[in-house]
Amino acid sequence: MAVLEARNLTLKYHQRSVVDGLSVRIPEGKVTMIVGANACGKSTLLRGLTRLLKPAAGAVALDGRDIRTRPARELARSLGLLPQHPTAPDGITVRDLVGRGRYPHQGFFRSWTGKDDAAVQRALEATGTLELAGRDVDELSGGQRQRVWIAMALAQETEVLLLDEPTTFLDLAHQVEVLDLVTDLNRTRGTTVAIVLHDLNLAARYADNVIAMKDGAVAAMGVPEDVVTEELVREVFGLESRVMPDPVSGTPLIIPIGRHHATANELEPVS
Amino acid sequence: MEQRGGRGRPHRTAVLAAAVVILFFASVLLGSYTVTIPDFFTIVFNHLTGGVKIPGASFIVMENKLPRAVIGTLIGIAFGLAGALFQTMLRNPLASPDVIGISSGASAAAVVAIVVFGASGAAVSGAALAGALAVAALIYAISSGGKLRGTRRGNAAGNRLVLAGVGIAAALQAVVSFLMSRADIRTAADTLVWLNGSLNSATWDRAGVLLLALAALVPAAGVVAAPLRILELGDDAAAGLGVRVNRARLALVVTAVSLAAVATAAAGPVSFVAFLAGPIARRLTGTASLPASAFVGALIVLAADYVAANLAPLLLDGTVLPVGVITGALGAPFLLWLLVTANRKEA
Repeated sequence: MAVLEARNLTLKYHQRSVVDGLSVRIPEGKVTMIVGANACGKSTLLRGLTRLLKPAAGAVALDGRDIRTRPARELARSLGLLPQHPTAPDGITVRDLVGRGRYPHQGFFRSWTGKDDAAVQRALEATGTLELAGRDVDELSGGQRQRVWIAMALAQETEVLLLDEPTTFLDLAHQVEVLDLVTDLNRTRGTTVAIVLHDLNLAARYADNVIAMKDGAVAAMGVPEDVVTEELVREVFGLESRVMPDPVSGTPLIIPIGRHHATANELEPVS
Repeated sequence: MEQRGGRGRPHRTAVLAAAVVILFFASVLLGSYTVTIPDFFTIVFNHLTGGVKIPGASFIVMENKLPRAVIGTLIGIAFGLAGALFQTMLRNPLASPDVIGISSGASAAAVVAIVVFGASGAAVSGAALAGALAVAALIYAISSGGKLRGTRRGNAAGNRLVLAGVGIAAALQAVVSFLMSRADIRTAADTLVWLNGSLNSATWDRAGVLLLALAALVPAAGVVAAPLRILELGDDAAAGLGVRVNRARLALVVTAVSLAAVATAAAGPVSFVAFLAGPIARRLTGTASLPASAFVGALIVLAADYVAANLAPLLLDGTVLPVGVITGALGAPFLLWLLVTANRKEA
């Protein structure tokens, strides 16, 4: 059981509401993609769903209990977050960095055990970073580094994992690799995953559930086939587009039109 | 909290600890007045049991050399820990308490106490402590305000803190200069020695106060440093891993400032020790771990004081230099060397 739920959540930066009275439920055991235009509040929502941002009103509950009433470490054993720009300390090795994901499982009187070693090993294996374990994180490529950070989040072994734009700065092959990895995690461990993602096509491809946000509120929510439509793309992104079934997966594929290709598009309508 | 697979080299830290012990005894036994090892134990044993004193030697060891070495070791440990805590927490090698104005706060308050209020002894130490804490609070307020609040904080916050600290240090320096120019010549001379950081007036009273303070602060540093290796990953990642970021950072700041402040109160702002200890420990042991930084801090102070008290008089017709002059002279070239080698690594 791991249901993450926001009720009438209002989140503010400097008195300015970014998310206003939003209620949403992250479905258990599913991959949820949170999409929306820049500054629509999707990253803010993710911060509010963890304890990074204190709600101005409303609450976030995990399994029915307000996350702010729970001890920080106990919460971090059920709810994990990989932020957009984590920092790797100088000269840290991959295994050491992944090991830091075990922090919430340790305590003042409970030190490193074989259980922690096993969790780190599983995380390294699952992300294909085992052969990198002894290397310095500084030496890795962007794609490798992102896998290592995901390995750290995996080592935390939470029931719910939130990822803030995990594919930023990665090339297409590595973006697909990261999303495949997250899907593996969801399928094999049953982890509930919520990801803020920029790429609408990849979001539609990998999501069980899509939350489209506009101006700090939920514009639409549901399975990609229902949610990702030409009307929604127009409403949420202000973009004219064609949506057709993805030839590979059958999920909605968004083809942006733009000003320069509008005529050609009209000449050759896509049925 | 120890973790396997780290790159720290524990045996090298043990070597550093042994080096501290060796240098401690070298500074007590050798130098302008040499004491043999059997004599040393006789002196200490007789002092404790009230037995016969060795004329001259007993006084020099018990009232000068031993308290001097004890205070030197303790302030080295305190500065080393304070520096490493700040540098690691702010992910910035410049962010040591002596660079960001905390030592200046202690100095300015002490000078005000001496020159304006005619204070001495414990009152000066108390003023130094209050000054350091006040400056730390001010820097913290300045650097955590503004647009950074609530958003990503990381190196940007560290840089703001360093800039705020450098600015405050300059302002406090002006206060000190002003007071010094107005003070009468004898007070000014006393104050100047204190401002440079000196072990020349080391006493057992001071050593006792320092020892008590460190008996509380060193274990505290061990406790508050536990989340430090998680805070290193950035505030958001740390929060995701269950660290109460603001609370953890406040505890770290208070502990580190207190360490720097009690050390400054005992011997003045011995320059660059806090700044140098962490980076040197990292070069020697692979990680800037707190114990390694503490031992390196003690080594720097003991070695510099040996030079100041024993070698400098040979060159300068018997003038015993304040230890801060030596650490300052060592610190500046080291800073430049650090910059040069860091650039080479990136290239």
